[in-house]
Amino acid sequence: MSNALIAEQVLNGVQSGVVLFLMAAGLTLVFGVMGLINLAHGSLFMVGAFAAAVTAATTGSFVLGLVAALAAAAAAGALIEVLILRRLYQRDHLDQVLATFALILIFSEGVRWAFGSFPLFLDIPSALSGTLMLPGDIPYSRYRLTLIGIGLAVAAALYLLVAHTRLGVRVRAGEDDREMIAALGVNIDRLYTTVFALGAALAGLAGALVGAIQSVQVGMGEPVLILAFVVIVIGGIGSIRGAFVGALLVGLTDTLGRLFLPALFALFMDGPAAASAGSALSSMSIYLLMVAVLIVRPTGLFGSRT
Amino acid sequence: MNPRIATLAAALAMAATATSTALMAAPLKVGMITTLSGGGAGLGIDVRDGFLLAVEQSGNPDIEVVIEDDQRKPEIAVQLADKMIQSEKVDVLTGIIFSNLAMAVVPSATARGTFYLSPNAGPSALAGRGCHADYFNVAWQNDALHEAAGAYATSEGFRNSFILAPNYPAGKDALTGYQRLFEGELAGEVYTQLGQTDYAAELAQIRASDADSVFFFLPGGMGISFLKQYANSGIGLPLVGPAFSFDQGILQAVGEAALGVRNTSQWNKDLDNETNAAFVQSFEAAYGRLPSLYASQGFDTANLLLSAMAVADVSDRDAFREALKAADFDSTRGDFAFGSNHHPIQDIHVREVVKEGDVFTNRTLGLSLSDHGDVYAADCEL
Amino acid sequence: MRERLINALLLLGVPLFALWAQVADEPFMITLATKVAILALAGTGLNLALGQGGLVSLGHAAFFGIGGYAMGILASHAQSYTPLLDGPWVIEGTNSMPVIWLVALIVSGLAALAIGALSLRTSGVYFIMITLAFGQMFYYFAISWPAYGGEDGLSIYVRNAFPGLDTLDPIQFFLIVWAWLVVILLLVASLSRSPFGLALNAARQSPLRAETVGIRPYRLQLTVFVLSGMITGLAGALYADLNRFVSPSMLSWQTSGEIMVFVILGGVARLCGPLAGALVFILLEQVLGPVSEFWHIFLGIILLLIVLFARGGVLGLVAGRERVRV
Repeated sequence: MSNALIAEQVLNGVQSGVVLFLMAAGLTLVFGVMGLINLAHGSLFMVGAFAAAVTAATTGSFVLGLVAALAAAAAAGALIEVLILRRLYQRDHLDQVLATFALILIFSEGVRWAFGSFPLFLDIPSALSGTLMLPGDIPYSRYRLTLIGIGLAVAAALYLLVAHTRLGVRVRAGEDDREMIAALGVNIDRLYTTVFALGAALAGLAGALVGAIQSVQVGMGEPVLILAFVVIVIGGIGSIRGAFVGALLVGLTDTLGRLFLPALFALFMDGPAAASAGSALSSMSIYLLMVAVLIVRPTGLFGSRT
Repeated sequence: MNPRIATLAAALAMAATATSTALMAAPLKVGMITTLSGGGAGLGIDVRDGFLLAVEQSGNPDIEVVIEDDQRKPEIAVQLADKMIQSEKVDVLTGIIFSNLAMAVVPSATARGTFYLSPNAGPSALAGRGCHADYFNVAWQNDALHEAAGAYATSEGFRNSFILAPNYPAGKDALTGYQRLFEGELAGEVYTQLGQTDYAAELAQIRASDADSVFFFLPGGMGISFLKQYANSGIGLPLVGPAFSFDQGILQAVGEAALGVRNTSQWNKDLDNETNAAFVQSFEAAYGRLPSLYASQGFDTANLLLSAMAVADVSDRDAFREALKAADFDSTRGDFAFGSNHHPIQDIHVREVVKEGDVFTNRTLGLSLSDHGDVYAADCEL
Repeated sequence: MRERLINALLLLGVPLFALWAQVADEPFMITLATKVAILALAGTGLNLALGQGGLVSLGHAAFFGIGGYAMGILASHAQSYTPLLDGPWVIEGTNSMPVIWLVALIVSGLAALAIGALSLRTSGVYFIMITLAFGQMFYYFAISWPAYGGEDGLSIYVRNAFPGLDTLDPIQFFLIVWAWLVVILLLVASLSRSPFGLALNAARQSPLRAETVGIRPYRLQLTVFVLSGMITGLAGALYADLNRFVSPSMLSWQTSGEIMVFVILGGVARLCGPLAGALVFILLEQVLGPVSEFWHIFLGIILLLIVLFARGGVLGLVAGRERVRV
């Protein structure tokens, strides 16, 4: 196992972590500020990917596709927030689970009704195709490097937003004490819709970016949803910093696990059995990580200790 | 419109205008359980459309098709099978796409005296020890296309393949099948996770190995993701795979990334026989898209059934069974015959992904295996 | 009380429907009724932990699947005449339902003990996620275990045997399942009125206050979690028997989610909530299915409407607010 391989896998882990962060950031904000469990977050991811695919196909521009993804996901998010989720903030988490589960059904079949059952085509722009030679003779996909860049930029922007803007102040205050900021005259409705739409837009962006190198099809958001929940739990709910760290941890664990675990098993098992056992354990590795974190810190790495 | 209602309406209309000779044959009821929703729906829709096209073209008024969606869930498939057998009292069951659903449904269906014609799934258990006189597979045994890929790789001079498939029984069968006829070494053997979408880790391993070729079995969205990422990785080794990752429904979503890939299939739209030419043309006219191999399998399944109906009545089970075994129908693949375990003995071709105008499709290059059966027939007691 | 009346209607109505189906020679309807009963049983298990204990477990499919695999493994060894273990003790497979139930109860109980002991160190959303994680681990393990079919699952060709009954007869199997459901419902009802149940509810409403009067929430919660896991495990064994098939999908998070949906739909903490929820869900599935290929959209809309406008689920809508939440 060469150093170049390990280095490449580390980069891959960072890249997958960064994409997870885009999903997790929205989810943790929504839960932290509004206390809402949103199972439909994966559907917003899917909406973004489909919007990008359709727009890129008609206009030929990937950038326009990204813009469309942001807009469509934000619009869808704002719509469901105003129409449905707004009534659920005071309700039990369980009611939120049922309602957002129902939304998953509606979104999935709705997208299938609108766009058909076959996967859609979305490709990376030719300017970003191919590989770049990194120091150490490692050819790395240009597009994935761009993804890492975009993810870090979004993380930085979110940090600035939360730490240095008025909106950010309200968000942080809202996380601490919802009733108080309403009493202080902040328009809660607008704040919540904005936060939700922001989270949705991030999910849609993730969907579009990922859709270019994966498959744009119905149900693409569900596996990512579970991973995003794992990330925010590891990181601590409501904490963007936690989402970032958690996402990188999950991305690295998953990628490096898939590399090292089969090799580990190969030390004392033969070929196919080692590959199979390694693959099985690496699927579980993220959950094992989460359980380990929760046992040591029951509210996640950066979660509030109440 | 709901295809089930459309089909029943068509059947009733045909029956109403049929002549009195229709009274002699008892109507045959077919239950089709297939995947019509969710991620794998494209395959089920193709099988259904191919099947219904054949039924419609035959003009046979005595066949009634009931269609249900299994949502790719084994429990639902089992319950639908119960409903079709107990409530609808079907004579023949068909339609299941995925092997795990087939394993849940087929053994108990055939045990209860219902014929089963598989238009797709061909698990090895049902070809070997679990074979049954009333079970017929019209598509292939699961290993067939992978074995053909292995044979093709050997004939192309590949000596060191990197192989990967998802970690589930069909994936393991794929890699076993490939190695059965591939005479080179393995540069690597990786089991990915089912439903995995990011292959960066595996691609890095391929790059680091000294492989001269890559074989993969990644159906559906997994294959789309892999192909896109592979094309972008700059690895550039020749890719070989079974048709499942390169069927007509998937190719449009992959685009340029799939060009040049060699894949094995028992059918392609340019196979040179009359039945196939007519099929491709009428499918495109009826549905506005090119057929995939799944559609051809559905079409052939219906025609097999119709050919048996022409010779025997389903109430005479022994005669009907013999009629099915005889497989005396015009297949889109040219010649068609069953082996002793009721799985096809057929030619497997090698195709290449090309672009024709605006459409990505496959072009047949040549034959990989001719009159190929399966290794499990030896274990079958039929 | 209206709720008592509704409960009686449900508990009489479903078996009457099954008997009617028997007379009308509609065996598929009996199968549907059996499915409703089994899912209701699984939901009742979850409801015990969720409604009474306040423990929102999104990994209950783990127990459902463990029960199912207990049945699958034992029955498959029986039908192939090979023992599970050849030494030091010889363990043969078995086709007998009572033995399978016992094994399912014990194994799922032990699993619940292990999972509960670790998970109850957390609370709130973290508890939800850690139970989910354990469920997922079982799921991936089952997928990769080739001996019992992996992702393909295990087919059991015959239904298991219950002394004195022909279990392949749909109505007789239904009656076995229904008997179990009634027994468990009686157990849950008496549990919630017992000192244990009252203490548990106190711990759910305010753990701090409960501790000040000497109640130890952790112990109560662990006990109820184990009981809840055992009930859902039993339901899993029955479900595997119904379908004559078990696969890793019984362990997936989607299954956990579905069981939770039945419970919430019917009305959390209501005795017959899971039964009502399972009934409504299956009815909707059967009625909406033939309407359109995209019937999930209508299902989603109806579920949404129920959540938004029927507080306390279907039973909450029909039976009104609970007088006392016990």
